[in-house]
Amino acid sequence: MALLCLVTLFSSCKKSDDEITADTKSTFIMEFENQVNGSPLVLNTNTYKNAKGEDFKINIFKYYVSNIKLSKADGTVFLIPESYFLIDASKSESTIITLKDVPTGDYTKIEYTIGVDYARNFAGAQTGALDPMNGMFWTWNSGYIFVKFEGTSPQSTATNNTLTFHIGGVLDPNNTIRTFSTDINVANPLRIRTDKKPDMHFIVNAGALFTGKTDISFAKLNFTMGGENSVIVADNYANGLFRLDHIHN
Amino acid sequence: MYACSKNEDEITPEETKIVFLVPSNFPAPTYNFEDNKLTNAGFALGKKLFYEARLSADKSVSCGSCHQQFAGFTQLDHRVSHGVNNCQGKRNTPPLVNLAWQKAFFWDGGVKNIETSPLNAITDVCEMGTDLETIVALLKNTTPYPDLFKKAFGSPEINSQRVLKSITQFTAVLVSCNSKYDKVMRKENGTTFSSTELAGYNLFREKCSSCHAEPFFTDFSYRSNGLDITSADEGRSHITGVNTDFGKFRVPTLRNIEYTSPYMHDGRFYSLDEVLEHYNSGIKASSNLDPQLKNGIALSTGEREQIKAFLKTLTDNEFIKNTLYSET
Ligand code: HEC
Ligand code: HEC
Repeated sequence: MALLCLVTLFSSCKKSDDEITADTKSTFIMEFENQVNGSPLVLNTNTYKNAKGEDFKINIFKYYVSNIKLSKADGTVFLIPESYFLIDASKSESTIITLKDVPTGDYTKIEYTIGVDYARNFAGAQTGALDPMNGMFWTWNSGYIFVKFEGTSPQSTATNNTLTFHIGGVLDPNNTIRTFSTDINVANPLRIRTDKKPDMHFIVNAGALFTGKTDISFAKLNFTMGGENSVIVADNYANGLFRLDHIHN
Repeated sequence: MYACSKNEDEITPEETKIVFLVPSNFPAPTYNFEDNKLTNAGFALGKKLFYEARLSADKSVSCGSCHQQFAGFTQLDHRVSHGVNNCQGKRNTPPLVNLAWQKAFFWDGGVKNIETSPLNAITDVCEMGTDLETIVALLKNTTPYPDLFKKAFGSPEINSQRVLKSITQFTAVLVSCNSKYDKVMRKENGTTFSSTELAGYNLFREKCSSCHAEPFFTDFSYRSNGLDITSADEGRSHITGVNTDFGKFRVPTLRNIEYTSPYMHDGRFYSLDEVLEHYNSGIKASSNLDPQLKNGIALSTGEREQIKAFLKTLTDNEFIKNTLYSET
């Protein structure tokens, strides 16, 4: 008897669902254009300046984008399941990501984690973007490096003038999980349709690590791997790292 | 075979269905194989990888070199771990025992999942000195590994996740629960403590078990037991960044303590007599010394013998000598 009830409930549920929403799904693309304060990010060769006027070069720039959420004007939210991406400035193919199986519709807001959610930092062995092979996992203090920046600056007091900014850690008071969120112009929302593959273009400013809330001088801060100095950097990039530039619908 | 509360006939490892059973005197485990289904093929692969020295940079060191079965899966006679190129590590190798009940790993609790625990040893220049890419590439090109991965996971694909999950199928079933102490607790076959052991057990409960809590003989907390005024190793504060954690280390298990010498995070003591003398007269007033140890733990010669007799009831020969866990 109980089983029968359950079955009836199930099928009726499914039916009404079908009637309300046409559950078609499609794809969109997110493209991350790496820059430094308005200039293209070129690894190893180009010289940039921080807010303190100190020169620097970049050898490594990698970051996680995860838990991507889209919202419609009516408030419905769609969390893209298992959305974990590692963008690496040295691998151009990593800067364009394809999101599949997203319900069609007009989305007016996008939100994602800069880094990796709390649970996955302590989970068992992962694969894909979260594979420890990608060099973004701390082996002595479980957790992911959310943003990895390595370079050089004549002002750095470290050996060989290196800059090492490995930002991560999820435990208070040094939690560095930050969320990026931006409204999408309602006149040109993200239109996900079965016959189109819209493209969201983001500008990513590596220079945002060193300014925004606290202007960082490489003479004073040139090395961090989690801890309170990483929080200073995360607070800097929380707002300035990403900017939605435009959408090709 | 780990049916700690059951009697099973001797069966050869090949025929034994590998199972993970919770001993009746243990609580529910933290790791329950939900996302890593335990199979004979997975266990066999994990065990082979555990004893595979070709994984290390100079092909000389396997997990089993530092975690030796006859020493309760710690490294006998090594104050600190000894890895590739004769390199001496920083800390004493902990035993691998009852890990499925642990929520954090390493002396400072920095590692949070049993599956990711081998990563540090794999990459540390002083331990195995290699990396996952190299290991995965080697396994792909070494028979019979592609076959073994196929048996364990259904397809011959080899990646770091599969390597770590299969190793965990081995390390998480290293359950020690058949010591004399366990049998007494489970009232198995009328096993009882001798009068000296019983006196030792009572002393232990009075003086030691506030930290070395039953049935794991650790409460998994981080404390300083007064080894040094100023610890050379930061310990727990390296992970938490909190000053009051400086010089604190995880309370270690005492299971198989008879075989896991040397003792303490830096392996400074070679015998239980030295350890007991430390508690009796050697406690240093380190800044984060556990308040319970402020006045030391006075122990007469007779009491020390009783405690030692009890500690030896924590030896689990069925575990130490179980061929299921042995290299060959
Ligand atoms: C060179 C010696 C060495 C080798 C080789 C080695 N380990 Fe370890 N292992 C250690 C030491 C030392 C620690 C403790 C580290 C610390 O506390 O900082 C440890 C800790 C562990 C722990 C956590 C135990 C606990 O109770 O916290 C596990 C699990 C482990 N190792 C598994 C492995 C596996 C699997 C391998 C092979 C892939 C391996 N080890 C190779 C020395 C070694
Ligand atoms: C206040 C908590 C506390 C009490 C009480 C305590 N211990 Fe310990 N014990 C520790 C800690 C912490 C360590 C590890 C210290 C380190 O390595 O820095 C330890 C280490 C040990 C070790 C070394 C184990 C190994 O594998 O390295 C032995 C043996 C030991 N204790 C036995 C005892 C005995 C016996 C008693 C009672 C007489 C006792 N302890 C009381 C906290 C305690």
